[in-house]
Amino acid sequence: MSRIVRFLTRRRGGKGWHWTDIVTWTWLVGGLLIMFGPAVWLVGSSFKSPAALAEFPPTILPYVTQKVTVEGYDKPLDLYEATLEDGSTVVLAEVRRIGVMSQMVDPAKPGEIIKVNIAKRTPVREMSFATENYTEPFTHFDFVRYLWNSVFVTVTATLITLVVNSMAAFALSKYEFRGRTVAMLLILATLMVPLSVIMVPLYSIVSALGLFNSLWGVILPTVATPTGVFILRQYMLTIPDELVDAARMDKASEWQIYWRIILPLTAPALAVLAIFSVVWRWNDFLWPLIVLSRKELYTLQVGLSIYSGELNVQWHFILAMTVVTMIPVVLVFIFLQRFITTGIAGTGLK
Amino acid sequence: MGHIKLTNVKKSFGAVDVIHDINLEIMDGEFVVFVGPSGCGKSTLLRMIAGLDRPTSGELAIDGKVVNTVPAADRGLAMVFQSYALYPHMSVRQNLAFGLENTRMPKDEIAARIAEAARMLEIEPYLDRRPGQLSGGQRQRVAIGRAIVRRPVAFLLDEPLSNLDAELRGSTRAELAALHARLAATMIYVTHDQVEAMTLADRIVVLRAGRIEQVGTPLELYNRPANRFVAGFIGSPHMNFLEGTVESMHATRAIATLAGGHRLEVPVGSATVTKGARIALGVRPHHIALGGGEASIPAKIRLVESLGAETVLHADVAGQKVLVVAPGQHDLEPGADIGLSLSAAPIHVFDDKGLRLDHAL
Amino acid sequence: MRMDESGRSGLSQIAMMPIHFLMGVLDAPLRWLQRATGINGMAAFFLLPNMMIFGVFVLLPFFINFAYSMTGGTALFLPDRSFVGADQYARLFDCGSYIDPGSCAEDTFWTAVRNTGWFVVLQVTLMILVSLVTALILNRELMARSFWRAVFFFPVLLSPVVVGLIWKWILQRQGLLNFGLYSLGFDPHVWLNDRNWSFAATIGVSIWAHMGFYTLILLAGLQAIPKDLYEAAEMDGTRPARAFWRITLPLLMPNLLVVVVLVLIRAVQIFDEVYVLTGGGPGTSTLYLTQYIYETGFAAQLRNPGLAAAASILMGAVLVVLTLLQLGLGRSEKKGGRK
Ligand SMILES: Nc1ncnc2c1ncn2[C@@H]1O[C@H](COP(=O)(O)OP(=O)(O)O)[C@@H](O)[C@H]1O
Ligand SMILES: [Mg+2]
Repeated sequence: MSRIVRFLTRRRGGKGWHWTDIVTWTWLVGGLLIMFGPAVWLVGSSFKSPAALAEFPPTILPYVTQKVTVEGYDKPLDLYEATLEDGSTVVLAEVRRIGVMSQMVDPAKPGEIIKVNIAKRTPVREMSFATENYTEPFTHFDFVRYLWNSVFVTVTATLITLVVNSMAAFALSKYEFRGRTVAMLLILATLMVPLSVIMVPLYSIVSALGLFNSLWGVILPTVATPTGVFILRQYMLTIPDELVDAARMDKASEWQIYWRIILPLTAPALAVLAIFSVVWRWNDFLWPLIVLSRKELYTLQVGLSIYSGELNVQWHFILAMTVVTMIPVVLVFIFLQRFITTGIAGTGLK
Repeated sequence: MGHIKLTNVKKSFGAVDVIHDINLEIMDGEFVVFVGPSGCGKSTLLRMIAGLDRPTSGELAIDGKVVNTVPAADRGLAMVFQSYALYPHMSVRQNLAFGLENTRMPKDEIAARIAEAARMLEIEPYLDRRPGQLSGGQRQRVAIGRAIVRRPVAFLLDEPLSNLDAELRGSTRAELAALHARLAATMIYVTHDQVEAMTLADRIVVLRAGRIEQVGTPLELYNRPANRFVAGFIGSPHMNFLEGTVESMHATRAIATLAGGHRLEVPVGSATVTKGARIALGVRPHHIALGGGEASIPAKIRLVESLGAETVLHADVAGQKVLVVAPGQHDLEPGADIGLSLSAAPIHVFDDKGLRLDHAL
Repeated sequence: MRMDESGRSGLSQIAMMPIHFLMGVLDAPLRWLQRATGINGMAAFFLLPNMMIFGVFVLLPFFINFAYSMTGGTALFLPDRSFVGADQYARLFDCGSYIDPGSCAEDTFWTAVRNTGWFVVLQVTLMILVSLVTALILNRELMARSFWRAVFFFPVLLSPVVVGLIWKWILQRQGLLNFGLYSLGFDPHVWLNDRNWSFAATIGVSIWAHMGFYTLILLAGLQAIPKDLYEAAEMDGTRPARAFWRITLPLLMPNLLVVVVLVLIRAVQIFDEVYVLTGGGPGTSTLYLTQYIYETGFAAQLRNPGLAAAASILMGAVLVVLTLLQLGLGRSEKKGGRK
């Protein structure tokens, strides 16, 4: 036993496989399947027709039963491959099913009904992408509205966040005044007051301001983010104060110093905050759920959750809408992943 | 134009007094250098003149007008910062233009001024580069250019050469002197380097811990330092100080005994010292001669630094370190005994508080 | 090269023109303001918008929350509500036995507390384990490390609603999981209709969704450990397991503590993905505190904002303790820590 261990450890660092390598790769490959698998499955499912979705066991790819129009029948009929009593297999169209027996016709000879046991027939299938899952919600569910609401909330909230947070960060990093530390502590203390703790009174304040059932009611409470002020301030502290002094000697007003000197130089931190803000606001759920009760104001997240909670869930639409909701975040992930991961590792914010 | 007057100016940061009661008058067109060790308050003083910091008390006047509450932008001064403080996201041209645009100056006037300054400072080839693409020396010129285009009442320069290498510092120093001659504007120049102070200044203001130690022309400071601090600060290498006691006095001179027992005649009269008083004798390294003889002070060599044209000797006189700069080359070994002669040297005498004791006249 | 650069800056200049114009227009009145208030007055001006929003939407609710918790009735506006003192708290704590939620007047609250308690204990433990193992693995010499890091990070950016739906779809009767079991010859199961499986699913899904974030923080900590420490240990003949306990873990401790507290704080507040995944069910088996507050305050037939406020204050107290714990740990670490 110990010899085996020694044998294995001896090869460590060499070209051989150590047991830790096996654990590593098992974990990684397993991780790959578990992390990406569900999302891939979701995307695959979103192209299936309602009938294919209800099937068990499910198919990996979207298949539908081929249909054929047969003379004398109004609706297109499903095609099956049936095994006849004489053992031959033919392709027949099903007219109706009675118990375990299926009445079928040969599309070529529509007059004659052939009875086949349902165990003796298998559907003829073809691959087909149900793109109507994606197109129909646009008319069906006010989907465009939700999309627009989400985009509006995300963009507006992010812009306001950037302006308001950077102004505060500028004041807190480049001016000396009484109460500066208090202001900073107050802002940081906000981290201790999450939405779930103040949602009842916040709701009443938002209502009192007339912002209930308004997208602004979703936007405004989120824009004074403490994390935003914090990372911008940390960044601005690295900009030399002498630049501000130089600008003052150059007859710049404080406002000009803010937007012509400090803002351009804070661009990297602003970009990080912008990305985070977009993801935060796009994904926001509980607060919009509370503030928005009129259907035409729903954001994507709220709309999705409401429709998926209905008794008769129309999964084919829900899945497609979920995929659409994922798209911006996946784009952010693909293009800015490295940027974000270094940002998180550096600041520990989410 | 460019006359600056400080009256009883004080500055404290919180409980810490940084500037104590400064009185100073700077004439129009004068090149004044504030010199002193790091942390003595030179920058703070300059920033108060600039308007970037407010004096805690006292009065600051430019051209006869009290400007205590006038913001920096409206004082008509320009400043060159130690770090240059060029706007990193703007091209050189934009850096120069920024201050002028803020005064809503017409575009062609701005262009003309930039062109003139660029020619004067030979920075034309870099006008469209960013500061990050320039060398230290080039950035330095741009920083000066940014001040020049403003045509200020006075230039304030805070250690503008300290980020340059030694060679560049020398040449830029000469250019600055030429620039001052050409512009004939008031310049206030802050440095901790006494060589810069000596070479550039019309007048030097020596600061120490927020107080003015002495104001005077470079040679006044060199020849008649008001106290031990100034004496030690001005001149390179530093002045030697030998501790001693007054033994006997005459009308215009006294006899002092040095720590090692050696006696020396010093040029102070009975009006200024009393017998038994502890004094310090200041002698510049260049003024000490090597040589034996009766009157010479015995010393032991610790270290020899041969620079070719001259030789720097670190010697020991009865436990006190003495630096000697002897012209030419000398074949001496550490540990050798030598004699030091002060007969030709100007001797500065300071009392036990470090104040200069004047020659009886 | 040169032209390319000037061309790009020219383009961005055009794009920035409206902003420049707007900012320029703002400059004149603000210069005037600066003349009136002085430079430090401008600091107040810059701080004002953020502080106002912050005051109205964070501080104010925070304080009136206490007032809410002492009023009764279903009315929403504070002036319309009747003062009931500590009744709401009394109601929350009115229990025959605290171990048995059924014996409490407000049994759903205690169910939520119990569920949340179990959830926190199990989820935090598993989350830390999984994240730590993943971080350790990613810290090895790997081919394409940034790819693997991205693999585990991917779900972090997904919205909780999307996360909930993805897994609801997988765990449903005709879902992928049942398909897998079926292929292996097992019977399908309706996971989310089963109290225990449903609870387990909320833990699993929340770990799936967030582990990448904590892995990243831990990985940053691991990568900050100087490699020469391990080389020195190897020279001393230290076995890898010992190196882990004596070098890796102690040096990772600051990051690990941060992660533990962050996971704790977020676990206590769990809501979004669970609400979409199970809706708190079946029954009340996955009803957690935030959902209890939400439903008591807004959704329940018999709305009781006062009760919701009282419950949220209790939850806030727990969060404050946890946050202070983090600050305290951070400080002691800074005091004794490496530079
Ligand atoms: N903003 C400030 N707050 C507190 N102390 C300061 C500030 N600025 C300068 N000081 C202190 O004032 C003293 C003088 O600083 P400074 O004028 O920069 O010195 P110098 O330029 O001569 O090196 C130093 O001791 C410094 O620590
Ligand atoms: Mg200084």
